[in-house]
Amino acid sequence: MDFTLNDVQRELKEQAHSWLAERYPLDRDWDAQDDRWAELAELGWLDVAEAELGFVEEMLLLEELGYACYPGPYLATVGFALPWLSAEQRARVAAGEERWSVEVDRLVPWLGSVDFVVADGGTAYPAIGDEQASVDPSRPLGRLDRRGGTPLAGQRNLPRARTASAAEALGVAQRALDLGVEHATTRQQFGKAIGVYQAVSHQLANTYTDVELARSLVYWAAWCVAEDDEQAPLAAAAAKAFATETAVVACERSIQVHGGIGFTWEHPLHRFYKRALWLEGFGRRPAELRAEVGDAVLGVEVTA
Amino acid sequence: MDLRDNSEEAAFRAELRAWLDANLPDAKRGGRGGAQRFDDPFGREWSRLLHEAGYAGLTWPKEYGGSGAPYSFQAILYEELARAQAPSHVGVIGLGMAGPTIIAHGSEAQKQAHLEKTLSAAEIWCQGFSEPDAGSDLAAARTRAERRGDVYVVNGQKVWSSFAHIADFCILVTRSDPEAPRYKNLTYLIVDMHSPGVEVRPLRQITGEAEFNEIFFNDVEVPVDNRLGEEGEGWQVAMTTLLHERATLGFALTAGLESGVLRLLDLARDHVDGDDALRGRVGAEWIELQALRYTNYRSLGTYQRTGIPGPEGSAIKLRWSEQNQRMTKLARELRGGDGILDDGWWHYQQLRSRGNTIEAGTSEVLRNIIAERVLGLPRSR
Repeated sequence: MDFTLNDVQRELKEQAHSWLAERYPLDRDWDAQDDRWAELAELGWLDVAEAELGFVEEMLLLEELGYACYPGPYLATVGFALPWLSAEQRARVAAGEERWSVEVDRLVPWLGSVDFVVADGGTAYPAIGDEQASVDPSRPLGRLDRRGGTPLAGQRNLPRARTASAAEALGVAQRALDLGVEHATTRQQFGKAIGVYQAVSHQLANTYTDVELARSLVYWAAWCVAEDDEQAPLAAAAAKAFATETAVVACERSIQVHGGIGFTWEHPLHRFYKRALWLEGFGRRPAELRAEVGDAVLGVEVTA
Repeated sequence: MDLRDNSEEAAFRAELRAWLDANLPDAKRGGRGGAQRFDDPFGREWSRLLHEAGYAGLTWPKEYGGSGAPYSFQAILYEELARAQAPSHVGVIGLGMAGPTIIAHGSEAQKQAHLEKTLSAAEIWCQGFSEPDAGSDLAAARTRAERRGDVYVVNGQKVWSSFAHIADFCILVTRSDPEAPRYKNLTYLIVDMHSPGVEVRPLRQITGEAEFNEIFFNDVEVPVDNRLGEEGEGWQVAMTTLLHERATLGFALTAGLESGVLRLLDLARDHVDGDDALRGRVGAEWIELQALRYTNYRSLGTYQRTGIPGPEGSAIKLRWSEQNQRMTKLARELRGGDGILDDGWWHYQQLRSRGNTIEAGTSEVLRNIIAERVLGLPRSR
């Protein structure tokens, strides 16, 4: 029993963290959506199996991508679509030649910037359709115009997709916490750093406990998915409910701790908040996931 | 990262399960906790059995009656005791606090005198830390220990001392030098509770029961040999007590919570019907339990790697106490109109749970600790 990251995993996480911090700083041009897809392919992030890594490592990358509020369709391509694809299609994804998304609740993330869309329980369509206004402008949504579908070789892996969203949300929550702590340490009022006041510091302490519990659920779910453990569906539902809700609350508390500056367009917090709202709202929402978990542990027939 | 038991862990778990099946009578499973556990003679008997089988003081050194096992075994023990709904060892303070402190700071004579007897429940311990005017602020303790030759003469009052009415010994934080600065004025003593001048008065709680006590010390003579650590270093010794407690405390708390969640599920099966929101709230309690469980694993993993429990462990007691309170309220709601009846279980648990956010570090103090020591925010005092 050892629930800590091994050296390879720790190194990968640190590497991803600094690579992203350098290319996606907080003072970036937020309207530029350069996703550096070719560089991701070079790093081997588009198919970690090539480097004999697995879903736990992918989860760690997603956590860091969330922390950086990365703009590209990594979650859709790697987190959602990969299990549907054939070996040839996966090779093209790994090389950075094809980008994929999936349709969920009649909405397709990044419809305008991917090549293909998985829909209708295993059919691939060319990514054509109308863009919709997304709560997170860096994460667009569209309605698919079905033309010339072809059947896919792979299959759905819902626990994997849910855990991927949860991992990204975990990164967003951690970033909101870090920003709040930094502000509370440096911002002075009444002659003191505001983190001295318990009404401020306790909000951040609450976020800390949320983030750590979320991390435990996300890592557990990722391990279950990687090992094809029978608890994977429950663990993934639990992780997604808890982590996405944590991301939203963490951003809200951080905005409050920041005071007026946290409410401005100029400050990057709203970018993370919108990402959190997107993750919480995409697919099954926390209340539905909790009811699903409730049904499962109560032994009620589950229809997911 | 591997959540499976390794082969030694799996063997230990299997052997433990078989032992519990063979040794724990059904009638003694699923007790509700509280003061009644002090009155049942089975408590000591069960503790003695645990010791004889090597399950008490699993991680303690073998030469003092322990088993020298890794901390993961202790975690497995808590999980399996919860699964079997077994009562805990009566030496809660002895195993969790007094023993580890004696192992870290005690003289050889103190180790020989107390450790094995603590494990076998021949000696029961209580803790004398809090005082009427020193609750969260332990360093403000005023119980006086005055050195006179080979003894300290102790005078003062302690409060919130569970087990004191049945205890043989007390780990006592005293003020030995009223002139010395804060954190350098305390001395840590082992006090024989049968000494002349020790008086214990039970404190009746909102549950109607008395689990806690006040202890009064009137000119109690404590041999200097009973001091733990040096004179004036009581604060440092007390901090060790709390650090060691933290390594596996979370597993003990989560084990208790698991019994509660399983009971909640039983209750919910009869009551939720088609109510989506209620099923979701039951699901949320199960999710929170898993979150705490795997946070324990992460903290333990760090402890095994570095010797210091991971910082995430500081979240556990806080969240555990809040979940206990929330869960008992949910149970009352699930019982509908019958929620107004005292069912002998949930009503008691709801009242008892109000103490959870106060005892062993109030939630306010725990949030300060997270803010200052984990997040690095400036100190609030």
